[in-house]
Amino acid sequence: MTTMTSNTRPPISPPSMLRASATVVWRNLIHIKRMPEMLMDVTVQSVMFVLLFAYVFGGSINPPGPIPYKEFLLPGIMVQTMVFSSAVVAMGLTNDLQKGIVDRLKSLPISRSSVLVGRSMSSLIHSSIGIAVMGVTGLLIGWRIREGFVDGILAFVLLLLFGFAMIWLGIWVGSLMRTVEAVQGFMFTVMFPLTFVANTFAPTQDMPSWLRFVAEWNPVSGLTQACRELWGNAPAAPSDAAWPLQHAVLVSVLWPIVLTAIFAPLALRAFKQRSKD
Amino acid sequence: MSRPLAVEAIDLVKRFGDNTAVDGVSFVVPEGTVLGLLGPNGAGKTTTVRMLTTLSVPTSGTGRVAGHDILKEPDAVRRSMGLTGQAATVDELLTARENLKLIGRLYGLPKKYVATTSDELLERFSLTEAADRTAKTYSGGMRRRLDLAVSLIAAPPVLFLDEPTTGLDPRSRTELWEVLRGLVRDGTTLLLTTQYLEEADHLADDIVVIDKGKVIASGTPTQLKDQAGAASVVVTVTHADDLERAAALTRTVSAEVHVDETSRRITAKASGLSDMTRMAHVFEESEIPVDDLGLKRPSLDDVFLHLTGHKAEEVDDLEAQFEEEEVLS
Repeated sequence: MTTMTSNTRPPISPPSMLRASATVVWRNLIHIKRMPEMLMDVTVQSVMFVLLFAYVFGGSINPPGPIPYKEFLLPGIMVQTMVFSSAVVAMGLTNDLQKGIVDRLKSLPISRSSVLVGRSMSSLIHSSIGIAVMGVTGLLIGWRIREGFVDGILAFVLLLLFGFAMIWLGIWVGSLMRTVEAVQGFMFTVMFPLTFVANTFAPTQDMPSWLRFVAEWNPVSGLTQACRELWGNAPAAPSDAAWPLQHAVLVSVLWPIVLTAIFAPLALRAFKQRSKD
Repeated sequence: MSRPLAVEAIDLVKRFGDNTAVDGVSFVVPEGTVLGLLGPNGAGKTTTVRMLTTLSVPTSGTGRVAGHDILKEPDAVRRSMGLTGQAATVDELLTARENLKLIGRLYGLPKKYVATTSDELLERFSLTEAADRTAKTYSGGMRRRLDLAVSLIAAPPVLFLDEPTTGLDPRSRTELWEVLRGLVRDGTTLLLTTQYLEEADHLADDIVVIDKGKVIASGTPTQLKDQAGAASVVVTVTHADDLERAAALTRTVSAEVHVDETSRRITAKASGLSDMTRMAHVFEESEIPVDDLGLKRPSLDDVFLHLTGHKAEEVDDLEAQFEEEEVLS
């Protein structure tokens, strides 16, 4: 073994995976601080959606039950925000890959997964800021959590759980695409049908039956229904609704597990492949 | 006599599908020396560096950095080396100080050490004034210097530089060379890739020329220049009308004469300084007005042309442009 005599070296003690991830989160949060417009997708845009639907389209949409449309709408938009976290993570990752930041991090004696874990954690923070903004906007226009505290919290946990699954989708797409523009193009093509062919903005009952079937099996619908039930923003799904809507809370626990089981291996493989060369 | 080896490439091969980017590259870099990996774009320089720095897994072959095998002890390799990639990989939204802090923290260096070393490095790379501005506002030269400073935060004994001066203006390039020479004086081993023959000539103790994934020559800059053959005397006459007479005159001194009419230049193979003196004498007697007369030793450009049959830069301008676009988009 060669001994290096020329330099007196400082003590290198590579941090644990969690500490390294936390450092990556620190760096990503500085990004948000320097470019607050990065948050626009989950703040200004979401508020715009709330206002658009609540006041422009809302009048012509009949929510089920006696609850006003605004209240029916808000859980849907929160779910939409969580779905978009996959776009956030994908764009961030592609950007880091493209700019060589991932290479720089990989040249360091740290666990390589900390790059992904750090990215995911900051993406969850990103989406949570969005949820908080949504919550405040909702409270201002009349949305309320009408059920108990525990149910209320459970809905937020389900949202985060779904966000976690969406992050894997984001990592997968982010590792496959070469440019941020490509990610943006792809994600919005996928996200819009995913969030609109659902009960997010309008009840599914009046859809043509085949579309209703697709919409009700859409994971987005299950989660939205679960949040509405847990917060008391909508009655239970009608008896002719598909199975997932009848068991919304259970389904909202199951879907993230299934989605993670599908996308996590794909994501890890794509990221490894991308970073092997 | 022989120094311990800081870097060894042992029959490295890398294939991407059907395309063999690196095809059995071997070389060594003794501690405290500078190796220039020279070749046109797409020759396999970057891929070789990526394998040695553990960013890319070789299809076959291996390497050692500071005595550690890149396949078996990647973490030990990562502790022993610094890497400055092709596009300056600084975080644009972070300040210089934050960039240093980020990497310092990821090495797990003590806070105080990171703070004092950051100050030293910023000073050394003339970045103190810009230290708290985001790197987005930096010029190309400043980014490169910051990139290099970041690579040095843990004082690695081996430093890999992938085309460190590509895209820099001549002044920034000279400045960066000066910084690199300083590092070598302090005992750091450098492996740098470059397309600029001049750069390799300036900085490297040894040069390895690669083309299409293979090593096609290696040696000291002087050895490589000797391979490209003899020196020549170059005469530029003032009036094109004199060219013919001047060419005849040079033929009395040299057996191999080449006339270029557009530049009014005559190139004659020469065996050395004495031929040049004789040539100068002949022209003085003939009273043919001459703009310039001098001895030209073969440059590394000539070496490259001699070795590969094509010029180093012309081949890949398009490719270089393409890569640039990829980075920008």
